[in-house]
Amino acid sequence: MSTPAVVVDDVSKKFRIYHERNQSLKSAVMRRRLSVHEDFWALKNVSLEVPASSTFALVGDNGSGKSTLLKCLAKILYPNSGKITTHGRMAALLEVGSGFHPELSGRENIYLNASILGMTRKEVERKFDEIVAFSGVEEFIDQPVKNYSSGMYVRLGFSVAINVDPEVLLVDEVLAVGDAAFQEKCAEKFAQFRREGRTVVVVSHSLGQLRNMSDHAVWLEHGQLKEVGPADVVIEKYLDSTRAGIRATEDGKVRWGSGEAVVDTVEVLDRNREQFDRVVPAGSQVVIRVRFTANERISNPVFAISLESADGTQLWTGNTREERLIVGSVEGSGAAELILDSLPLAPGEYTLTSTVYDETMQHVFDEVRGVARLNVGRGILTTSAGYLGMNTAWALTNENTQRIAQ
Amino acid sequence: MSIVSELVDSRELVLNLVRREVKGKYKATALGQLWSLANPLTAMVIYTVVFAFIIRIQPEPGDPSGVDVFAVWLLCALLPWTFFTNVANGGMIAFVGNENLVKKVYFPRIALVVSNSIAWLYTWAIEMLVLLVVLLVIGANPLPWIPLVLVAMAFMWLFTTGISMMLSIANVYFRDTHHIMTVVLQLMFYLTPIVYPVSLVAEQSDRIGPLFGSVTVLDLYQLNPIGHFVEVFRNLLYDNRWPDLSTSMACVAWGVGTFAVGYWIFKRHEKGLAEAL
Repeated sequence: MSTPAVVVDDVSKKFRIYHERNQSLKSAVMRRRLSVHEDFWALKNVSLEVPASSTFALVGDNGSGKSTLLKCLAKILYPNSGKITTHGRMAALLEVGSGFHPELSGRENIYLNASILGMTRKEVERKFDEIVAFSGVEEFIDQPVKNYSSGMYVRLGFSVAINVDPEVLLVDEVLAVGDAAFQEKCAEKFAQFRREGRTVVVVSHSLGQLRNMSDHAVWLEHGQLKEVGPADVVIEKYLDSTRAGIRATEDGKVRWGSGEAVVDTVEVLDRNREQFDRVVPAGSQVVIRVRFTANERISNPVFAISLESADGTQLWTGNTREERLIVGSVEGSGAAELILDSLPLAPGEYTLTSTVYDETMQHVFDEVRGVARLNVGRGILTTSAGYLGMNTAWALTNENTQRIAQ
Repeated sequence: MSIVSELVDSRELVLNLVRREVKGKYKATALGQLWSLANPLTAMVIYTVVFAFIIRIQPEPGDPSGVDVFAVWLLCALLPWTFFTNVANGGMIAFVGNENLVKKVYFPRIALVVSNSIAWLYTWAIEMLVLLVVLLVIGANPLPWIPLVLVAMAFMWLFTTGISMMLSIANVYFRDTHHIMTVVLQLMFYLTPIVYPVSLVAEQSDRIGPLFGSVTVLDLYQLNPIGHFVEVFRNLLYDNRWPDLSTSMACVAWGVGTFAVGYWIFKRHEKGLAEAL
């Protein structure tokens, strides 16, 4: 195991909540004191290690101290006690485009902003074209940035920041900048970061995104460390804590929801609606049947199924609304069927999660995690590693091929 | 020394920030950098009219240069003073005006303060260059004194930057600083021999006699460090002679001392900046 990228050792951070802060002379003299305050511990005895080359997520409710921790890592705030050690150059993406001077051109601002972030002139010169290309503001690069649209402004700021070339990158909720195309580029850049073995520490409320991109996570609650470990486990636990009415079923599955409609069973059937014999051959036609009971009249519920690999990676999620299936009103028991023409999975074990939502998908009636198991066996698809099985064929061309064959 | 290595490490940042200040200030104006001369020139005209024509203050002609032009005599002291007030005012808003930056990005905080005073040093240098030309035209001989003027400017810069570091911090924790300084600077302007010669103060001081013990009004008056600096600039540029050794030493001591104290205060409080803003 290599040395961790960041070591946080027993860090506490105290804020003062001022009931009356006398920043002016008059009030200071009148009350004969500078302030009346109360201490608030934003972080308390937090210790953790961020392994090198990992993507490390910080999760927690608002006010749990995750942004404070990130700012402490970034050396913007200093802890009252404890120590933070960082190995390697660090860059923080807490806000983009701060420090731009509106009157200066995009070009001048790139140099300015990059030097604020700690780049040397030579580095900027080397990366200049890349930064401009990434931001997509080539035509306007010699215009004052005050004439930029807010999207261009943010994109330029982000491009500078992401090209700092850090070994440790701290990110706070800034993944959602720019239009869809730009977000795609950013996601690709982060993926590249991870492939290059850099460490990323990220704070986000978009847990789905976090689960996909991070491998380690820490859950903070009221400034204290609640859980640290593999990302999927920690994020699941955190998600569980935020759900009301969570309970375990008799056979140990986790379910939650308000219960107006419930999932009874989920079956994996073949094309004749018969049970498979032990395993489901890869590539075969599959019907996933969700049997449900509506305890009251519900109009237009949405049924969803998601598929996870044994290691917890989410592989697929789909629902009836997506396919514009109007369910109509339901009451009593019924079944929803998902028909797959060819199951595109590699042999292995998978689990299914089934959810019943209300019409808006904002409210969950019932969700049962791991409601059914899917054992995929060898079939007509090829796979040597990974999650997918595909219908493939190899072909080879080489100038010598024919001669050898002759 | 840590201050030296800190500034060397962040020299590119400081340079870029200076560039931002200098370029940003007059961007989108037709006259550009020429505007920086407008303020001292207006002040020069006003003070010359009021103090030379109406109140009839007559400073001694330059000795040994023999120059006798009130406006130029005034400028030799007014330009350092303007530099001082500009840096002090800029230093006060170094953090308050860049709140977003300080709260969101880590960088050596001192760069903001130092770049402010370097940007104004640049402006001041241009003004001094213009003054130099004027001095040559009216018959003074400032050229041999240029190296010493540069040394004096360096110490003035140290002194001013030291003050600026203190004010930048003070204004974050105590926003009244800005308003207090408006009053203080106005007071200091008249407590510094800019629009009148020190000899007038010395005359009054002799007339009144010692205040307590052997302390005279002049002694108290000379506690003002900027007085020493303007004295040195006048000696070098207007009179074309060596300044008094005691005055020169006072400038060196004030320059180095203020800078050291300013830096010490700055270091003590810099870590709390993001929180206090």
